[in-house]
Amino acid sequence: MTTVLVFLDHPGASLAKSERELLSLGASLGEVAVALADEAGPAYLDGVGSYGVREYYRPETGAVSEVLVAGKAAFLAEAVRASGAGVVLLGNAYESKEIAARLGVRLGAGVITDVVALDSDLTATKSDFAGSYTVNCRVTTDVSILTVKPNSFEAVEAGPPSTPREVPVPVELPHAVARVIGRVDKPVSGRPDLSEARVIVAGGRGVNGDFGPLEELADALGGAVGASRAATDAGWIEHSAQIGQTGKTVSPQLYISAGISGAIQQKAGMQTSKVIVAINKDADSPVFEIADFGIVGDLFTVLPQATDEIRKRGL
Amino acid sequence: MDEATAGGLRIAVLVKHVPDAQFDRHISGDDLTTVRTESILSELDEYALEAALQLVEANGGAAGGHRVTAITMGPAAAVNAVKKSLQIGADDGVHLTDEALTGSDASATSRALAALLRHLGPFDLVLTGMASTDGETSLVPAQLAERLALPQVTFAASLELTHEDGGWKLVARRDNDTFAETIEAPLPALVSVTDQINEPRYPNFKGIMAAKKKQIQVLSLADVGLQPDEVGFAGSWTKVEAAAPRPPRSQGTVITDEGDAGIRLVDFLAGQKLL
Ligand SMILES: Cc1cc2nc3c(=O)[nH]c(=O)nc-3n(C[C@H](O)[C@H](O)[C@H](O)COP(=O)(O)OP(=O)(O)OC[C@H]3O[C@@H](n4cnc5c(N)ncnc54)[C@H](O)[C@@H]3O)c2cc1C
Repeated sequence: MTTVLVFLDHPGASLAKSERELLSLGASLGEVAVALADEAGPAYLDGVGSYGVREYYRPETGAVSEVLVAGKAAFLAEAVRASGAGVVLLGNAYESKEIAARLGVRLGAGVITDVVALDSDLTATKSDFAGSYTVNCRVTTDVSILTVKPNSFEAVEAGPPSTPREVPVPVELPHAVARVIGRVDKPVSGRPDLSEARVIVAGGRGVNGDFGPLEELADALGGAVGASRAATDAGWIEHSAQIGQTGKTVSPQLYISAGISGAIQQKAGMQTSKVIVAINKDADSPVFEIADFGIVGDLFTVLPQATDEIRKRGL
Repeated sequence: MDEATAGGLRIAVLVKHVPDAQFDRHISGDDLTTVRTESILSELDEYALEAALQLVEANGGAAGGHRVTAITMGPAAAVNAVKKSLQIGADDGVHLTDEALTGSDASATSRALAALLRHLGPFDLVLTGMASTDGETSLVPAQLAERLALPQVTFAASLELTHEDGGWKLVARRDNDTFAETIEAPLPALVSVTDQINEPRYPNFKGIMAAKKKQIQVLSLADVGLQPDEVGFAGSWTKVEAAAPRPPRSQGTVITDEGDAGIRLVDFLAGQKLL
């Protein structure tokens, strides 16, 4: 049976949804082992064990994470060798893709990013050209390295908690490296993570600096708030909220686009959303070409009315 | 001036010729490779070129003996990405071209570019965009750094060079969902930059005229010491088996607000079971 090594970067207090998806996908392919570059608490480890994982790999040296992705890739390569894994699964964050990239060179193994579906013979499905093509591809080397998009696979129920066994692996750190010399944490919003959210309310230049009505609707729907580059460039909202070619790609159940024109680079990040709603004053905006439900109107009257209505219906 | 500055910085910028996203982009039915008509210099590489030019300007300009080389690989037309870079301000250009490169995935691309950079080098800094706008994988910069054993900063949103103790050092900032980090690395190094880092300049008339006199070196695989089977379809570690255009999203209902659009939106969401 194939061993599947799942790399979990930045372990939190408990398993995130995307991490449960990775573990579940792994379990559907073979026997799962986990690699953790950073320290994880007992609750997290119990969670990992509840997916049938019996062993997790840890670097013997603590400095692995200080030297950016080079150290993590070096560690992960050792973990693949120690576990004899034939498949390596990682998340789809930029950093995960970089680690996957370097791991590929170290192991002489192919890498496929942005995987949204996987056959039992490891044929992966992804989209290309900003979502306008669906591509099936395969790794042709012995080891397959895949970075998997969140929300693409079902997270199956966990079993009873159990603590997997720690397996330390020696890692030789690359000598010429970039080092992190400072880190500032960003405030946590309390809203769901953009890449995992079921509902996203996104705003563009049309919000004119006021994301208030979008935040209220997002809260009524239990959703996250996203933005176009025009809005992040203007400094109205964090850059990490940007959706599109150079921001995040998302595929929620519902994407509400408000005051966004729908330029190709913005569409690139959201056109695989299940249902798209667009609100824009300009009936000729390209966003209406892909909207399931479009409203030509002012977002400052439409959104608050919708929020009130949802609350009124007690939904 | 000490030795390091006297020699000047050598900066390589990787520039890719990619299908223009403003038009429909296609994958060919024959060999499942990208159709490269209507191609342009990848917008995301313009930020890398701009970063190189700004670093030179901030560190003594042309008088400092610094040199920015625009590098591409690909079919004959790919040289247009280099030409545009020379017009914008790169000092010289290199084009690696060979039939055998067709079909290269990220691993084969990074192998070819690594051989090319070794052949041309040494460089103090290799700059790239954060991803190509066609393949969109963002794997190549990290794989190049791994192959060339260079310190790697990818997705830099700012970049500065300082010169102290006889060596150059770079400081970069990058943003993550949960934190912003500052990174330091000695040169030589590889940095990929995001579109947050600067505002790329346009070529002006003077630049366009000056570019005509700049050199473009054309190299083949053999020149950089690679065998045909190390790149292209043969040298790739992944294989595309099928590619199909996604059916375009059909337009749904569009209504004009008559004072009740918010309510009709909620009706729609309820109908879709999205509440
Ligand atoms: C290399 C590169 C990468 C890029 N990456 C991204 C990316 O990742 N994500 C991204 O989004 N963009 C990206 N862009 C930018 C993209 O091309 C567009 O410029 C951007 O998406 C425009 O944002 P917008 O639609 O919010 O603004 P605009 O195009 O200015 O549109 C604003 C819209 O709001 C409407 N409006 C105004 N007021 C109201 C109101 N009160 N009610 C309702 N509607 C109103 C207007 O009719 C208009 O359609 C990128 C560009 C480049 C060159």
